[in-house]
Amino acid sequence: MAETKTVKFIIQRQDTPDSAPYTEEFEIPYRPNMNVISALMEIRKNPVNAKGQATTPVTWEMNCLEEVCGACSMVINGKPRQSCSALIDQLEQPIRLEPMRTFPVVRDLVVDRSRMFDALKKVKAWIPIDGTYDLGPGPRMPEKKRQWAYELSKCMTCGVCLEACPNVNSKSNFIGPQPLSQVRLFNAHPTGAMNKAERLETIMGDGGLANCGNSQNCVQSCPKGIPLTTSIAALNRDTTIQAFRNFFGSDRD
Amino acid sequence: MAGNREFFNRRLHSLLGVIPIGIFLTQHLIVNHFATRGPGAFEEAAEFMGNLPFRIVLETVIIYLPLLFHAIYGLYIAFTAKNNVSRFGYFRNWMFMLQRATGIITLIFITWHVWETRIAAAFGAEVNYQMMHDILSNSGMMVFYIVGILSAIFHFANGLWSFFVSWGITQSPRSQVISTYFTIGVFVALSIVGLRALFAFV
Repeated sequence: MAETKTVKFIIQRQDTPDSAPYTEEFEIPYRPNMNVISALMEIRKNPVNAKGQATTPVTWEMNCLEEVCGACSMVINGKPRQSCSALIDQLEQPIRLEPMRTFPVVRDLVVDRSRMFDALKKVKAWIPIDGTYDLGPGPRMPEKKRQWAYELSKCMTCGVCLEACPNVNSKSNFIGPQPLSQVRLFNAHPTGAMNKAERLETIMGDGGLANCGNSQNCVQSCPKGIPLTTSIAALNRDTTIQAFRNFFGSDRD
Repeated sequence: MAGNREFFNRRLHSLLGVIPIGIFLTQHLIVNHFATRGPGAFEEAAEFMGNLPFRIVLETVIIYLPLLFHAIYGLYIAFTAKNNVSRFGYFRNWMFMLQRATGIITLIFITWHVWETRIAAAFGAEVNYQMMHDILSNSGMMVFYIVGILSAIFHFANGLWSFFVSWGITQSPRSQVISTYFTIGVFVALSIVGLRALFAFV
């Protein structure tokens, strides 16, 4: 008689934002080609833990299921990553799932990632093109530049880089690598560059760029392979020049 | 400027670590290296340094004030980090952790070292070859000095790497890798100078 294969999970759970976290174990039947999300769906279908007790279904966030939206990020076996692209066959069991605790936990594996969206607003990670009349087509972008800028545009605000960064924590107000790289992206755009100084001055403020401690965990962890530390180093040069211009210079833009 | 005090402080912290503190460290180790040529050569070199004109001004501006700022602000930086090398065991993350650890060891070492030499001198003791010989004859102090000097040199060499990044000099991954090799070279070279000088006192 063939024994049925199962998948073991140890999931860190939390009922409310303020309650204490606890762990619960689950064992679910194995199917080929499962990912962490399909396993969590299996638990949701039949919310019974490994001891056979009925429990509440584990909550998590998901959206695109193809690693482009960033919503399903969680800590899987100690590393922050997307649960949609975390394949069960490639994971060591028992599989440990935890929320990304750098962010406020809403419930179970659901975290509140608003700080990253607030950071994008803070650094004005967009290109203002609205006017009271038709401004016409903008300047063209060199193809070479477009190619590296495209890599930066792959950021899906998933939060993995912030989770990996030792300087993003409750003791520090560092905004983290994600919005910084977006500053480089929008400053690289020929129209976006018109607000370059404004964006640089924002990240020269408290909790900004200078808080980077060069641990480079972000670039090692980014699921999209964004050259985050190159962006940070490039912004270090840009802000150095900006600081000198602000103090010694007379040309402002 | 009021709005970006943190930016200014961080950049100043990075700059002071190299200029003047890094340069002073190198100079200090090289002057000590005269001890390998015997007590006479060391005392002659130390006397030259000690008799520089405006010594108090030079010491205050080049050593004491930058060192105090670097140490106090550095402590703040070290304690706002939440180290995670157990989860993210990457090379640079280890360097990040070691930079903070060696910073604290170096601060303890330098405090003791200043107490034992400069403050003692202010109370009338004479800082010379014999003084260092007496201190380093104690094997416990010898170990403390080896750890302290290596920590200081590591902190300087790795800090030099971060300095190049923080000021936007090394941007590309390749330049940062070459800079890593260069600063490893600085660490090895200065360690040889520092340790040779240290062993020359016993």
